[in-house]
Amino acid sequence: MKNAFGEPQSLLLVGGASDIAMATAMRLVRRRVRRVILAGRPSPAREAAAIRLAEAGATVETADFDAFRVEEHAKVIGDVFAEGDVDVALVACGLLGDADLDPLKAADVAMVNYVGAMTAAIVCADAMRRQTHGALVVFSSVSAGRPSAADFLYASAKSGLDAFARGLTEALRGSGVHVMVVRPGFVRTRLTRGVTPPAIATSPETVAGAVLDGLRAKSEVVWVPGILGQLTRLPGSIVRRITG
Amino acid sequence: MANKTILTGWGRTSPSVAELLRPGAEAELTPLVLASGGRGMIARGLGRSYGDPAQNAGGLVLDMTGLAAIGPVRDGYVTVEAGVSLHRLMRELVPEGWFPPVTPATRQVTVGGAVAADIHGRNHHADGSFGGHVTALDLLGADGVTRTLTPADPDFWATVGGMGLTGVITKATIRLTPIETSRMIVNTWKCPDLESVMTRLTQADLAHRYTAAWVDCLSRQGRGVVEGADHARQGAARSFRARGFESGPGFLPVGLLNRHTMGLVNRGLYTTTKRESVQVRPLASFFHPLDRVGHWNRLYGPRGLVQYQFVVPLGAEQTLMKIVERIRRSHAASFQTVLKRFGPGSGGWLSFPTPGWSLALDFPTTTKGLAWLLDRLDELVAEAGGRVYLAKDSRLRPELLPVMYPALTAFRERRRELDPRLVFQSDLARRLSL
Repeated sequence: MKNAFGEPQSLLLVGGASDIAMATAMRLVRRRVRRVILAGRPSPAREAAAIRLAEAGATVETADFDAFRVEEHAKVIGDVFAEGDVDVALVACGLLGDADLDPLKAADVAMVNYVGAMTAAIVCADAMRRQTHGALVVFSSVSAGRPSAADFLYASAKSGLDAFARGLTEALRGSGVHVMVVRPGFVRTRLTRGVTPPAIATSPETVAGAVLDGLRAKSEVVWVPGILGQLTRLPGSIVRRITG
Repeated sequence: MANKTILTGWGRTSPSVAELLRPGAEAELTPLVLASGGRGMIARGLGRSYGDPAQNAGGLVLDMTGLAAIGPVRDGYVTVEAGVSLHRLMRELVPEGWFPPVTPATRQVTVGGAVAADIHGRNHHADGSFGGHVTALDLLGADGVTRTLTPADPDFWATVGGMGLTGVITKATIRLTPIETSRMIVNTWKCPDLESVMTRLTQADLAHRYTAAWVDCLSRQGRGVVEGADHARQGAARSFRARGFESGPGFLPVGLLNRHTMGLVNRGLYTTTKRESVQVRPLASFFHPLDRVGHWNRLYGPRGLVQYQFVVPLGAEQTLMKIVERIRRSHAASFQTVLKRFGPGSGGWLSFPTPGWSLALDFPTTTKGLAWLLDRLDELVAEAGGRVYLAKDSRLRPELLPVMYPALTAFRERRRELDPRLVFQSDLARRLSL
């Protein structure tokens, strides 16, 4: 349960331990989060993340979650909620993909960023609706609204997820569940290493800070950095030059 | 879900949604218990706990105020249903010469809540907490069976202070205090610093049944006003009536609540209080300062208030002084700061009062740095062997609870035995893993 200051005590990371998810988790653990569930594929990265979070004071559990195996999502995530209430769930399944017009690779991008993220979010939303509280944070991207030649497969998947999450926000209004869509611009992470950052780029730390602010303020859409929300009103060609 | 209601505690923080039902008779409760779903249920009285003990997100909350029968008084004992408020008890029994054995600063609490939180009052040093005056209580358990518990039964002491998590308290038999008048003789002393407040309070405890001190947390010295009172007997009441009824440090700011306005109010209160005085006051004026303004909790705005009450053992005076100094330096303004010396505890496993110094404070939730400050104060309290009050808590770190309440492990085990299906649940229980 959240306390009087709105600080969550339990956190579910769906999609494992990306840089952004970890930066957010570390900040929450430094405040009140005590139970963290890392739902992702078993990997050295997941183990390392578990150790880091435990060292920061959290009780860490892991759940074997694979974005591709949508038929397992209800069971894997359902089990997590059965163990105790989840105050915040972060859905951050991400696969950047590349610009190749390979149908199978494109399907993978859609499966991870859209289908898998959506089914996981549905399971979380349903469980939270039953507990009548909780915050569901869905990671979209600024590119969801501004696809470019370099990232339009990824952008199209995020665009679907973004629309889903905004609809979910409406569907869950009044249920006690807070749905928040986060739209970061270009973030310097392991995923984007080697890519030349555009004029406006941000860091996992900044995104984490914005997520915490948004949770506190119960925001429904969060742009990171906030200026991007204004920039999207400009013509697409200009925006792409600035945000990448 | 039918009757979905957003519920909060008196502090109006952490709202949550639950189904609210108001049973009119005890018989309606059993089927609800037997049919309880995964989110369980919790009994709620008048919602005066500050935090989340009478909330149950996604589950059922039983409004107990429909169970409000008062039995006849026999040899100073009365059996009442759990939803009876102390307000009604006083209205009905004070004319007959009986007073509740313990009353907090508001009459708007139910007997069920008084047992579940094992409440205390200004007579704790002399009479102990509410649970110590209960000779029997009826508890509806998770199996749907109502048992009558007496102090000889360990489950009685798991229930006294157990925050409603051992079952639904439906009835209690209480030992009443005989009174001759409905007046209090109140002695007031003005003390220039915290040390003299503490000394005076210690002295007052020896001479008076009811004592407490108001502390001006915004003043550098921690000055305050100590009150020591007793029930007036016929003769005494007559002899003092001539002096009239002055209003004591009855203070409730109706306006902007901030450090500056409160500094002024406190200064005014302190300077207008006589150095030493004796007054005769009506019961309510002395006992229930919080009932003077209805819904005073709304003065704190939509974000509400955070109550903080702790006790540190006798001998930990340095910790108490350190905490008051920390609060003063943090510029967090507590609007009603009350110091009290507790006597022996009742024996309730999760009962709050233990011998020592108790300080109650309240802050607007929006106070800058408050979450951090209270975390630090928790550490000082725990280190000194003290604890915070669950009926007021809304933000304690769960890992400090077993340090503060050594009987927590026993409570958790017994709760699992009594209630394996977890029929009785609350937001507090989830937040603190009770």
